[in-house]
Amino acid sequence: MSKSHINMTVNGKTVDVLAEPRQLLIHVLREELGITGPHIGCETSHCGACTVDMDGKSVKSCTVFAAQANGADVTTIEGLGNPDGLHVLQEMFKEHHGLQCGYCTPGMITRAYRLLQENPDPTEEEVRFGMAGNLCRCTGYQNIVKAIMAAASEINAAKEAAQ
Amino acid sequence: MIPAPFAYHRPDTVQSAVKLLSDHGDDARVIAGGHSLIPLMKVRMTDIAHLIDLRDISDLKGITVSGRSVTLGAMTTQHELIEDKALAKAVPIIREAALQIADPQVRYVGTVGGNVANGDPGNDMPGLMQCLDATYELAGPGGTREVQARDFYESAYFTARDDEEILTTVRFETPDGGYAYEKQKRKIGDYATAAAAVTLSMSGGKCASASIAMTNLSDTPIYCEGSVEALVGSDCGEDAVSAAVAAMQGAIDPQEDNRGPVEFKRHVAGIMLRRAIERAVSRA
Amino acid sequence: MNEMTPPKEERAAALKGLGTARKRVEDARFTQGKGNYVDDIKLPGMLFGDFVRSPYAHARIKSIKADKAMELPGVVAVLTAEDLAPLKLHWMPTLAGDVQMVLADGKVLFQGQEVAFVVAEDRYAASDAVELVEVEYEELPVVVDPFKAQEDDAPVLREDLDGKSEGAHGPRRHHNHIFTWEQGDKDATEAVISSADVVAEEMVYYHRTHPCPLETCGCVASMDKVNGKLTVHGTFQAPHAVRTVASLISGIAEHNIRIISPDIGGGFGNKVGVYPGYICAIVASIVTGVPVKWVEDRMENLMSTAFARDYWMNGKIAATKDGTITGLWCHTTADHGAFDACADPTKFPAGFMNICTGSYDIPTAYLAVDGIYTNKAPGGVAYRCSFRVTEAAYFIERMIEVLALKLGMDSAELRAKNFIKKEQFPYQSALGWEYDSGDYHTAWDKALRAVDYEGLRKEQAQRLEDFKAGKTRKLIGIGLTHFTEIVGAGPVKNCDILGLGMFDSCEIRIHPTGSAIARLGTISQGQGHATTFAQILASEIGIPADDITLEEGDTDTAPYGLGTYGSRSTPVAGAATAMAGRKIRAKAQMIAAYLLEVHDDDVEWDIDRFAVKGAPERFKTMKEIAFASYNQAIPGIEPGLEAVSYYDPPNMTYPFGAYVCVMEIDVDTGETGIRQFYALDDCGTRINPMIIEGQVHGGLTEALAIAMGQEIAYDELGNVKTGTMMDFFLPTSWETPHYTTDHTVTPSPHHPIGAKGVGESPNVGGVPAFSNAVHDAFRTFGLTQTHMPHDHWRIWKAANDLGLHG
Repeated sequence: MSKSHINMTVNGKTVDVLAEPRQLLIHVLREELGITGPHIGCETSHCGACTVDMDGKSVKSCTVFAAQANGADVTTIEGLGNPDGLHVLQEMFKEHHGLQCGYCTPGMITRAYRLLQENPDPTEEEVRFGMAGNLCRCTGYQNIVKAIMAAASEINAAKEAAQ
Repeated sequence: MIPAPFAYHRPDTVQSAVKLLSDHGDDARVIAGGHSLIPLMKVRMTDIAHLIDLRDISDLKGITVSGRSVTLGAMTTQHELIEDKALAKAVPIIREAALQIADPQVRYVGTVGGNVANGDPGNDMPGLMQCLDATYELAGPGGTREVQARDFYESAYFTARDDEEILTTVRFETPDGGYAYEKQKRKIGDYATAAAAVTLSMSGGKCASASIAMTNLSDTPIYCEGSVEALVGSDCGEDAVSAAVAAMQGAIDPQEDNRGPVEFKRHVAGIMLRRAIERAVSRA
Repeated sequence: MNEMTPPKEERAAALKGLGTARKRVEDARFTQGKGNYVDDIKLPGMLFGDFVRSPYAHARIKSIKADKAMELPGVVAVLTAEDLAPLKLHWMPTLAGDVQMVLADGKVLFQGQEVAFVVAEDRYAASDAVELVEVEYEELPVVVDPFKAQEDDAPVLREDLDGKSEGAHGPRRHHNHIFTWEQGDKDATEAVISSADVVAEEMVYYHRTHPCPLETCGCVASMDKVNGKLTVHGTFQAPHAVRTVASLISGIAEHNIRIISPDIGGGFGNKVGVYPGYICAIVASIVTGVPVKWVEDRMENLMSTAFARDYWMNGKIAATKDGTITGLWCHTTADHGAFDACADPTKFPAGFMNICTGSYDIPTAYLAVDGIYTNKAPGGVAYRCSFRVTEAAYFIERMIEVLALKLGMDSAELRAKNFIKKEQFPYQSALGWEYDSGDYHTAWDKALRAVDYEGLRKEQAQRLEDFKAGKTRKLIGIGLTHFTEIVGAGPVKNCDILGLGMFDSCEIRIHPTGSAIARLGTISQGQGHATTFAQILASEIGIPADDITLEEGDTDTAPYGLGTYGSRSTPVAGAATAMAGRKIRAKAQMIAAYLLEVHDDDVEWDIDRFAVKGAPERFKTMKEIAFASYNQAIPGIEPGLEAVSYYDPPNMTYPFGAYVCVMEIDVDTGETGIRQFYALDDCGTRINPMIIEGQVHGGLTEALAIAMGQEIAYDELGNVKTGTMMDFFLPTSWETPHYTTDHTVTPSPHHPIGAKGVGESPNVGGVPAFSNAVHDAFRTFGLTQTHMPHDHWRIWKAANDLGLHG
């Protein structure tokens, strides 16, 4: 099947990729664009390791065709922070031991980012429910939840300080 | 898990989507959120040469609550159903059920149209729409027609929709009284082991109207007319509820799977219905 | 003391050594998506491999036709057993002394078995080609039940073993029998049981499951034909062992093979084994002369790449009327699948199942294990446990409960009555182990107090009354466990894998400016080795952990070691690290004495320096000593400051713990909720409390999964029923409870720093705690055993069988 141009904004940059329609967004990101933060875990949209932010929504990029993503604005873990300025979620995951093998972490943080955009001051129950599309095999979630709650507090404190 | 090749189409009107479906016949399928279809394509359990993506058709989007009538565009996502305040006020059972579907990521893309149209007995919305006595609007080469949700489902993945038709709109009236969606599942992201959708109204201590449908307990959702008859006119007390449960258990036909054997599912169906009725009564 | 010298506490804190909740050095890259996992590796010209797999559990292969596949653009090769046979690579040795097909040789023996390997330019073309390979099968009768497999007329699975009455572990008594392994005194145990006051008997099944790390298995094999060197990046928990095995079976000299384990996305035992995908990728790279990547998908992982457990443990436990245990008997039927590829030390075909006397002083015991072939996937791996230790812990902790029921005694009291006492350590168990240290009563009392055990029992009794009175449909279960693990394999005298002694290693180089690099024979899969081993070293050599780089996983640079599994890294490689550090310190002492112009014995260690005894103001810091080792000609001392240690542990370590799980059970739906979970772990000396806590949370969650829903289930035709994450239960944050952790510290007397290992304790202790909670809820209704996983329908069934549904 022939390839066609897929235009996307990925982490703020415009990209133009030649891809077959059937190519999965996760493969386009990882193999065509070298963005290897999002990972492949289950391939059936259960584990969330491939989570990216697409047009303001958390999506599982193993279950999106490249063609569907044409025109989309995509943010991956690579777009959330950088070595000179980590996103507060990245900081809090480090601070609270919210990761072990690191495989789920990019998807987890990317999902948490959107969760906090929509609900800046979540309860623990809301975090657990809002993160239920991301599996972690290492941490038992307790420290992930702690990290996200801490990130929310940090962000809110910073907002208050700014006002 | 790599899908076979296909040609991709992204029409921006219902008419052009229908035309594509007519042109390609059996080789074409429409895709909405894709979270049922894409995994099937990835394990190559379905063969699709032309994939018609409905995402750009603006006519298929939107939630309208006007008086008692509610209209949902087929491409409305579960997330949008959950977030829509007017809808949550008018028909709170929608939000209650949608929150029990899949997980956050899937709810951002999963649509009401996809959920009701593909005929998967595990989906929650078909039973809910039977409970709400919804009407589906289908657009085909010959124009549009309407089918009641209660008449739509024939067997697993077989529905009243013709191959060349697209389900465009879901419509229903806001129900009176109380409601509940009770679902037992193994974990977040799972289909129901058993689920019950109930709306009912009470008047002077008696059940004035009721509607009941069950999910994932047959190869189609089951609208439980016998259960409704058992409740209406009763005080929704123990005898009436037991009769409603018995009628429901006579109507379902669960199959054994990893969620459990038939007798377990029957039992749990009864528990879900009982709890749903009790909660609906408490809200009525 | 010099006025400029900070106080001891401050200097010790600056090291971030033992006992510090040091933040992980790994996390900067992982949180930014800059981990480097196998599937992230992209080499020039790299091809992709993909398998044609058997849809049948048992079938003869009549023919394989690859013509259509080869015609597809982008397809480079299709390998079958016929292609591998001339290289003698169509079969491979297993870790358990058996052999296993790499690609189906004449027949297939389990669903998902590798039949042909397609190599193509990208993974899409490879996947398309897999669909076009035509395989003609003739179905054969399937046996998935290990008891039926032993019947006289059971189908013959392993035709290659026809007429072989002797296996790697002794005589075989049936065509589907692999071995019988016996430990303890059979006659004495049977005598005790036949004359005992009370005997409880139960069949305890620990179902088949799978480690299912979030990253599946895979590799990139790259044969450089110019310099004759083979490099394999792969998901290997034991890179050096893989190198040796690869050399032995491929004939490539070991120095020409480089194995690299990059970041690993969780292992849990899954990545110990050698799988056909690795062999095929290597062969394909040799054949094509370019790198070949193979990464399995999730269904392949669950169907074909190892499994765990599948032990049918028939037990008898004998006691006096007052509850003193007098004997334990166990016969286990072990379902090993189609090939015996279990990952155990060579002399232990059932792993350390003979730790099944648990935490109890049981004078007489006997264990026999029969390994059996069935039409299931091979590869019994130690899923977050030391070899078969979780099976053993589950068995004894269930038998204790069953005995308590029979005695009419509280099981907490029964445990306390029979614990090995503190003064009995080192303790010789009836099944052959020497427990190094323990203080079970202290841990147990602390746990029971922490949860208000008596209060819980009262609440449970009240709930039971309410239930019987029709006021509630929920019961409370209190799941108790006191487990003892055996980890840290192990002493070379009795522990080896394929003849490789299970020592481990550490090599340290101190740089002139006083920072360091240490390399180990292990490989982290999330345990945080780069953080914790640097802490061990910081305390040993007085260089801040932040100034120590830690490397693992590259066989060209790391010293030889047996890898990371069975909670062996801290007990073995951690010990090697401490020992290598001590060698550094010994040399540093001589350098310091020279610089301070005193005798070696006249300086003493002081956190980060050597000081003259009685004159602490005269000292040399490790930083100064390091520089001196590079720039001064010291008589009798070689320049530089390096050390290597290969540590052969004198014994295993025996971590233990006391867990309490409080569970609410809906009798009508079988749904469960964990209301409270208290985990007290004693892993000896604690290196990093933050990481220990994280390990406990994670291990408990894997235990929750296993006990409450996770299984690899087959139908009668050998079809895998749980091949995706829809059906293979992994709990989300929503189903996972909040855990309370606690600890006691009983150091290991033989480990250089007294550490015992902790990564697997929570799984070993967690499974019986969750399961005992389910059983306990129904205890008063007479339930003795209902098998895991305790998913909704099985709990409902147990309640239904007890007549609790009216």
